[in-house]
Amino acid sequence: MTGRRIRTTAAAVAAVLLGAAGCSSPSEGGGGSADTSYVVGIATEPETLSPLLGYGKDGNSKIFDGLLSRDADLTLTPALAAELPEASEDGLTYTYTLREDVAFSDGTPFTAADVVFTYETILDEDTNNPARGELDAIESVTAEGDHRVVFRLKYPYAAFPERTVLPIASEAVAGKQDVNTGAYNTEPVGTGPYVLTSWSRGEKLSFRANADYWGGEPEVEKLTMAVIDDDDIRATRLRSGDLDAAVLPPDLARTFADSDGRKIVEATSADFRGVTMPTENEVTGDRAVRRALDIATDRTAMVDNILDGAGRVAHGAVPTVSPWFAEGTERPHDPAEAEEILEQAGWEPGEDGVRVKDGRRAAFTLWYPAGDQVRQEHALAFAGDAKKIGVDITVESGTWEVIEPAMKEDAVLAGGGNPTDPDFDLYTLFHSDLAGDGFHNMARYANPAVDEKLEEGRRSADREVRKAAYDAVQRELRDDPGHIFLTHIDHVYVVSGDWENVTTQVEPHDHGLGAGPWWNIEDWRRGK
Amino acid sequence: MTAPTPGVPLTKAAPDGATAPTGDGPQPGGAARAPRAALPWRPMAGLAGRRLLAAVPVLAAVTLGLFALAAASPFDPVKQYAGDAALRADAATLAQLRENLGVDVHFTEQWWRWLTSALGGDLGDSSTLRQPVAQVVTERIGWSVLLCAVAFVLAVVIGALLGVAAARRRGGLLDRCVTATAYVLQAAPPFWLGLLAVWLFALQLGVLPAGGLTDTDSDTVTAGSLLRHLALPAAVLALSQTPWFVLYVRQGVLDALGEDPVRGARARGLKEHTVLYGHALRSGLLPVLTLIGSRVPELITGALLVETVFSWPGIASATVRAATASDFPLLAALTVLATLAVLLGNLMADLLYGLADPRVALEEM
Repeated sequence: MTGRRIRTTAAAVAAVLLGAAGCSSPSEGGGGSADTSYVVGIATEPETLSPLLGYGKDGNSKIFDGLLSRDADLTLTPALAAELPEASEDGLTYTYTLREDVAFSDGTPFTAADVVFTYETILDEDTNNPARGELDAIESVTAEGDHRVVFRLKYPYAAFPERTVLPIASEAVAGKQDVNTGAYNTEPVGTGPYVLTSWSRGEKLSFRANADYWGGEPEVEKLTMAVIDDDDIRATRLRSGDLDAAVLPPDLARTFADSDGRKIVEATSADFRGVTMPTENEVTGDRAVRRALDIATDRTAMVDNILDGAGRVAHGAVPTVSPWFAEGTERPHDPAEAEEILEQAGWEPGEDGVRVKDGRRAAFTLWYPAGDQVRQEHALAFAGDAKKIGVDITVESGTWEVIEPAMKEDAVLAGGGNPTDPDFDLYTLFHSDLAGDGFHNMARYANPAVDEKLEEGRRSADREVRKAAYDAVQRELRDDPGHIFLTHIDHVYVVSGDWENVTTQVEPHDHGLGAGPWWNIEDWRRGK
Repeated sequence: MTAPTPGVPLTKAAPDGATAPTGDGPQPGGAARAPRAALPWRPMAGLAGRRLLAAVPVLAAVTLGLFALAAASPFDPVKQYAGDAALRADAATLAQLRENLGVDVHFTEQWWRWLTSALGGDLGDSSTLRQPVAQVVTERIGWSVLLCAVAFVLAVVIGALLGVAAARRRGGLLDRCVTATAYVLQAAPPFWLGLLAVWLFALQLGVLPAGGLTDTDSDTVTAGSLLRHLALPAAVLALSQTPWFVLYVRQGVLDALGEDPVRGARARGLKEHTVLYGHALRSGLLPVLTLIGSRVPELITGALLVETVFSWPGIASATVRAATASDFPLLAALTVLATLAVLLGNLMADLLYGLADPRVALEEM
């Protein structure tokens, strides 16, 4: 093409594009929010809106209520239950007395039958609920009259009430449908503060306030959750006023620092990133290697460089801000000590700088899920720190389909974290009964002292006893690490609008619709 | 995904430069004849019947191939189904899910199960959308048809106008602009055009919405908002389809301008306008008729990409979701639908071809 031809082409393309735009009517004012409507930009949308298939299982589901809910400090408070449950002496029975003034948004009254229906349906094998394992402790659920429900457990389980934030579905509606594919998945009917008005998949969910909500009608009358997976597009739409609030990566959120009427909200979390240390690998199976890697890791540098300061160093699955954190289990960054540990264990420096013991090189593979940039950077930083003490880590990426079969022998850059009860993370990560069971205890960690204390922690109803047990678990994991925990990641949000009562909870790893400053949007009040 | 093109595509010749479809295309001039008194119903019905019979093995083969491909996909349907929850699940739960979803058997058996129940009228359930497949299709097909129809009409009209305008003065400035633009657009993938349009009109200029069906804080689909939301996806899809029509019409009209009927019309002293639109365009449109049919697969592929970029709640975006999540029942139903659309397009093209060119016998196709 000649230069002239190119210019002509460019002009013609522009002409065609402009022509196409001309066919449409101009924008009728921005999408700016009316006084009582609020538009939130989230990154992922739920797969289903039916609690029976797992929607809202950790609470804050907007459309539904659980028997219990959590306040800003994650303390359990009654919701559909009139008060906190009564536990039997042996810890095997939990009795909930229900509120009598609650109705579903279609007018049907809420009763104990709905609770029994919800739990029994989830526990049914034919229900495709991937989180069913979380209710593993339940032996049976029975209604005693219309307003009392009794849960019988297979074993004493102190963390059980935390699971009963699970949303309650309407038996009258969902009971008549196929649980896996029925309309309830897209047209839910609940007792919650909001009623779903439409769900356009991949685009947005729209809600209106439930005027008859038993907890009082929310002041934010119209709530929209726009699903925008691209961070830059979400930021642009926030800047244009199309969104009132959004979740953003720290660097993008900071660009709103000087923006009028908007504020940056950083929520602390239990969302950890850590490296599994497979015990069946001959290198990471050596406790000395695990201990050395644990103190050779420069966590502070990771928080500063990878997370832009929006996060905290992790000394275990339990975040340092949690009341369950065991004081004194913090480890300093000490590469010299790490080398000392390796020397004493017989790992001698080899010719290529990699340590060797009995002819075996201190080398292993570390996987991270492809496309996850935060995990990639953690993996590379971890491998860099390991290299300095003579441990050679090959970092590779793959889909979970590729990683899963390798988990037994290779390390994985794992993520997870639930801020509520230490049992949820610690038991599934480190109890030897769950070694290699699906995605539980990926490292196949087995330590009888840990097992014993984990069981003590889940069986005792006494908070002091439990705290002591989990302190013991965390100290044991300090001396014999199963994972090398790296960081807890803050979740960063930008929020605008003149609303009061905007707070955050300590957030879990999975932070979709129910996490973020809008976790309690039903309680937001107009500012003066 | 590229839609398959079985059947007998008659005009596959791509416009390659200034000398395009004349080689194996129909001779212009046929359309200029007086219309026949009656349509040849019997041969037309015969052709449609034969094609219908041929469609049965085609559909069977296409769906079997689809199940084979999906089985070879590296994605695990169970993990795709459960999402992040799968990464916190125990082995028993995952195994139970695998059994419930029916994905633990050989793909031929899955195909046979699907085929027998589909013939019985049950298209199965979509695992990703947690809805019956029939409901997914009925909810979404209208939006796709709207988008495709608007884009197609736009493409044909713009293509015809620009084609005639370009052919009017061969080698003139307009001709060179239009032809060059057509080649550039032909080379540009629709998703790239889509992202470019979002960037320009939604992000930079802020005049049109970046996607969806309604404004972010509104749920009601009004005519005005629908028009604004339809504008970008339809324009992008039309733009990706226009080049073929432009080039075909331009070539057809260029050829027709040199033919006897047109020269005759000029000799009779008719106005240039009448000559151009009444004679040259009419005969130049003949190859376009067949092109319309054979462009259907390309339109479907374009819609897949455009609907995804613009979060258009149509059938094509569901196809992408189903394909990435190994959602067999949904994918199978949508593939059958796409295959049918392609076969129908080919049939239409052949029928029109036979009607427009009397030398082609429908019985022989």
